[in-house]
Amino acid sequence: MLEIFQYDFMIRAFEAGVAIGVIAPLIGTFLVVRRYSLMADTLAHVSFAGVAIGLLLKINPVFSAIGLSLIAAFGIESLRNSRRVFGESVLALFLSGSLAIAVIILSLAKGFNANLFSYLFGSIGTVSTADLWVTVSLAIIVFLDVVFLYKELFFTSFDSELAEASGLPVKVINLTIVMLAAIAVAISISIVGVLLIGALMVIPVIAAMQYGMSFLKTLILSVIFSLISVIVGLFASYYLNLASGGAIVLVALIIFLLSLGFTRGSK
Amino acid sequence: MQLEEPYIELNNVSFSYDHTSVLENLSFTVRKGEYLGIIGPNGGGKTTLIKIILGLLQPTSGTISLFGKDRHDFKEKYRIGYVPQRITQAEKSFPATVFEVVRTGRIARLGFFERFTKDDTDAVERAMEISGIARYRDTLIGNLSGGERQRVFIARALASEPDVLILDEPTVGVDIGAQKTFYDFLSSLNKEHNITIIFISHDIDAVSHETKTVLCLNHNLVCHGLPQDLLNEHILERLYGKHSQRVPHHK
Repeated sequence: MLEIFQYDFMIRAFEAGVAIGVIAPLIGTFLVVRRYSLMADTLAHVSFAGVAIGLLLKINPVFSAIGLSLIAAFGIESLRNSRRVFGESVLALFLSGSLAIAVIILSLAKGFNANLFSYLFGSIGTVSTADLWVTVSLAIIVFLDVVFLYKELFFTSFDSELAEASGLPVKVINLTIVMLAAIAVAISISIVGVLLIGALMVIPVIAAMQYGMSFLKTLILSVIFSLISVIVGLFASYYLNLASGGAIVLVALIIFLLSLGFTRGSK
Repeated sequence: MQLEEPYIELNNVSFSYDHTSVLENLSFTVRKGEYLGIIGPNGGGKTTLIKIILGLLQPTSGTISLFGKDRHDFKEKYRIGYVPQRITQAEKSFPATVFEVVRTGRIARLGFFERFTKDDTDAVERAMEISGIARYRDTLIGNLSGGERQRVFIARALASEPDVLILDEPTVGVDIGAQKTFYDFLSSLNKEHNITIIFISHDIDAVSHETKTVLCLNHNLVCHGLPQDLLNEHILERLYGKHSQRVPHHK
């Protein structure tokens, strides 16, 4: 057995990493095709505020991150539906707003800055057994949701007006996507980090889109790319002592560039 | 002569948006087998009318019946196939094949969590065949021309096996040469497949040559009847000129 798998924390990081690697691009694909890529970053910053609150109140930061990002998901969709604020501006509002909250909490309680750093950039040492359980079970829920609601998610993403004319509850489905994104982001930030989870949800997807395949095949390919990124990134993180989020996203970026070059050459 | 079954009935339907009246007291009936063209100036409420029929907008007042049922009780959405106007940039970059797009037409017939069956796939293949896009089955929609993409959206609407097909400006973005083929295609859907067609157009020539009945709309109903009776200079002046006003409803 490889030396890397002699450590429990590494096994947990790989297990959680695979779970995240599957659901991040799965949700990311729907965000990208809706021109909603900024959503992942916004929810990541909200999760960060959630982590700060969790550390301040001494509760598991994963739980407070999930809770706060679900509340924000609901808020974002309500505000968007009210049409009092443009879609893009709603995201900017929540992104900077939650960052402000996180910064205020940080300056109020100065004790946990080092710990918070690992949530910013991702760390393979932060996944506890409890976190692993939460991550894997929520990832399974997100995965099953996408599988069972696939045709509805596809249709509303492709053309929400046609979907509504066909009798689909478009607002409910939109809220579902944002809620699933909130869960996916919140459980991902411990390994990938607040600043980089957006990249893991978007880069494998746009890499897969270069091949000009059907929606379903693009979705599957993006998951494969993401899993390669997570696994290679975690190895690199361990052996080269790098922040895991950075290593994972860098691998994803290399896959994207290779895909771009490969499909350019074939056209 | 016995009248055909009424499919769409509007009674005194009005719609206003931010206190601006868009539609005023519209009453008309579309019956089985009709081929109706809706013409009128931009901003005259054509698209709004379609959206109200589809249930995308709620009328401010008045009642609408679809297939003999009040619109609130009408659940068989698949009976009305809708081909929207736009051929947008968003669709061009959307990673989906023709088959995947056409198959969304079956969703109105399925419940939540229900999966596509062999019947669905067969209906999708048939709709692509009728629309002449079967050979593009696995092509990305972004790689098609405007006219081909329009046919994908018609195939999508036909895949639900509708009784009524509603098209909003179907020839926008379709080149002149392809338009003739397109109108022949619509006409064959009406005659051979017995599909009731409603189409919005700014192309008065096309409407007068192709459709069986015409409805002229400029906030209210300016005329409704046979194209040869209606589309004279007098009516067009009323429709597009400053002093358009309501004329008696032709039956």
